[in-house]
Amino acid sequence: MFLNLKTAVAAIALSAVAGTAFARDLVINFDDLNPGPKKGFEDAVEQFKAENPDINVIVNINDREAHKTAIRNFLTADAPDVTSWYPGNRMAPFVDAGLFQPVDDVWEENGFGEDLSAIKATMSRDGKIWGVPYSYYQWGIYYRKDIFDLLELEEPQTWDELLAACGKMKENGVTPFTIGTKFLWTAAGVFDYINLRTNGYDVHNALTAGEIKYTDPRIVATFDNWETLINECGFVDNHASMSWQDAIAPFANGDAAMYVMGNFSVDGYKNAGLTEEQIDFMPFPTIDASVPPAEEAPADAFFIPTNAKNVEDAKKWLAFVARPDVQTQWNKTIGQLPINSKADISDDKFIQEGFALLNGATGLAQFYDRDAPAAMAKAGMEGFQEFMLDPSKKDAILERLDTVQTEVYK
Amino acid sequence: MTHAVLPDTETRSEPGWLRRNKLAIAPWVFLIPALIFFAIYVVIPIFESLWLSLYQWNGLYDAEGNSTAVWVGFENYVKLWDDPNFWTSLRNNIAWLILYMLAVPLGLFIALFLNQTVTGMRFYKSMFFFPFVISQVVVGLIFGWFYNPDFGVVGTVWKAMFCEETTNILGNTTFVCERPVPDILSSEQWATYGIIAAGLWPQIAYCMILYLTGLNNVAADQIEAARLDGAKGWKMLWYVVVPQLKPATFIAVVVTVIGALRSFDMIAIMTQGGPFGSTNVLSHYMFEVAISEYGERYGYGSSVATVLFGIMLFFISYFLWRMYQDEKGGR
Repeated sequence: MFLNLKTAVAAIALSAVAGTAFARDLVINFDDLNPGPKKGFEDAVEQFKAENPDINVIVNINDREAHKTAIRNFLTADAPDVTSWYPGNRMAPFVDAGLFQPVDDVWEENGFGEDLSAIKATMSRDGKIWGVPYSYYQWGIYYRKDIFDLLELEEPQTWDELLAACGKMKENGVTPFTIGTKFLWTAAGVFDYINLRTNGYDVHNALTAGEIKYTDPRIVATFDNWETLINECGFVDNHASMSWQDAIAPFANGDAAMYVMGNFSVDGYKNAGLTEEQIDFMPFPTIDASVPPAEEAPADAFFIPTNAKNVEDAKKWLAFVARPDVQTQWNKTIGQLPINSKADISDDKFIQEGFALLNGATGLAQFYDRDAPAAMAKAGMEGFQEFMLDPSKKDAILERLDTVQTEVYK
Repeated sequence: MTHAVLPDTETRSEPGWLRRNKLAIAPWVFLIPALIFFAIYVVIPIFESLWLSLYQWNGLYDAEGNSTAVWVGFENYVKLWDDPNFWTSLRNNIAWLILYMLAVPLGLFIALFLNQTVTGMRFYKSMFFFPFVISQVVVGLIFGWFYNPDFGVVGTVWKAMFCEETTNILGNTTFVCERPVPDILSSEQWATYGIIAAGLWPQIAYCMILYLTGLNNVAADQIEAARLDGAKGWKMLWYVVVPQLKPATFIAVVVTVIGALRSFDMIAIMTQGGPFGSTNVLSHYMFEVAISEYGERYGYGSSVATVLFGIMLFFISYFLWRMYQDEKGGR
């Protein structure tokens, strides 16, 4: 009896010692359950485990929408050591509430300032860097190559060429653009691009940062261009009752020829029965040749909560996910672009074109709803949808957005 | 010895306080669990919400677990006054209240229609009652598809009437329409009415079942007497039947008013308040500004909730007062 007790105590003591010496827990919360992204993440975790056998990695993978809700609680109540989240204004509330910790040291030690320079501004707030990105993807115009070939159209490089191409499409009974604005954000993609092409990244950034007004003549010019696009090109009818997936139907059927979208949509086209030969990608045409090219490229990143228990290993993970070889492999799996400029890309044609596009960019917008604060984004995107349904309401919409802006950025 | 005897006599002559008051206490013992839960889940949150409406808060706590809320007094209510979305929501709430009342007479007429003895009547009754049994979410989905301009009933019928089937540039089938297909749920003017129509479907069924039970209790002798006096048709209905259905009417009005004010599910499913906020009602607007992805303004959301609570309180107080009066009269 006494002997048994002694062994038990010894065993517990031993396991406790082994526990501290051998397995340090590293808890990572990830936000994508879709097969591709989940596999990309899990493969990276396996590799990380193999390289760091002394770290016991515990992963919690949640659905994207559920993660958006859960993070608001778990950062305070039960913080993981690392969590995935989005840069730009999406990280602002957590940074401001002191729930993320700065990771400038990770960037310095690993030379990320150079390798990830394109995204540095987006990852920064209050002069500090708050996370490390692992992937992003391009936005642009996806079009039906077969329709373009039938109409003998080239990829339009400029605004005038685009309008001319639209004219030809309409003559032949093809609606130039498809879109589904039911969930609002798709309209923001169109706005972002027209604004980036009309005014450039700095003005766009100043707008989403609340520094210039929506009734500013430069922004009004953007809306004038948009109105031209609606009148001379045009979008499918009933777009306000379609989701972005619904809007693939007219595109797949050949009723519409172009779609301003992000690269994640390629899967949707293929599922709708289109082959790689039928679809292609082109950058959004230039409107003002003097404006330096800037693109829309939302990034996904990892952050360390302030309440993380194992900060040391969390920083190891952050350094790991930005490594060129890791980003290469990960992004091949999920069909997106690595951010590390030393990483390789897959030979998928959309990825190749996107890589070329983003490498030539002088600025990267994160997308309207990540660049602008939530309340502004909501009002702005509702305004965009309303404008697309009735461009004559432009002035009223812009004035309303000014009112919201004054309120939100106070 | 004396020690052993004394307590015995005491208990017998002086029953305990508990025992003396058991009739007064027993109901409370049974009520306590319900009261505790009612307090935790209803009463306390109401006051918390009222209190929160005086703060500006994005719902976050800092790393130490302290709330990041900032006291702003009545500023949220001032903002609400100047917020066009709030007034749109309030206007829609009123539209819901008024149009939802159609469920009461329509339910009555269906009930009268179904209150016959025909073979298989139970089956027909259950068919009419069916929409109330299925979830509001499902009703919203069905109507969303029904209104869909591309593949819904509305779209298909319209295409058959005003559109021509042709082939597009790639040789696929497509439609060219003289007039564009009405897109009810994306139209600023019609979307709210489209959702109310969807909401009426189960609500009529609810009112119908209330009236069907009410009709069972209509006194046959009074009908007989009225018939002998020559009453028929509308007069019979209005002066003889409807007055006897007063309790059913009262309940039908109460559930319809509450149903109209609670109209959240259908809007969330069918339009999410869109297009551009034109189908919002207060309950959905509250959700949108506080809890949804682009919300995170809990103080402001609470002030919307407070206004909605005020409106509900008005109706509920009236209904409670009416019931109280009826009970007093009945005694």
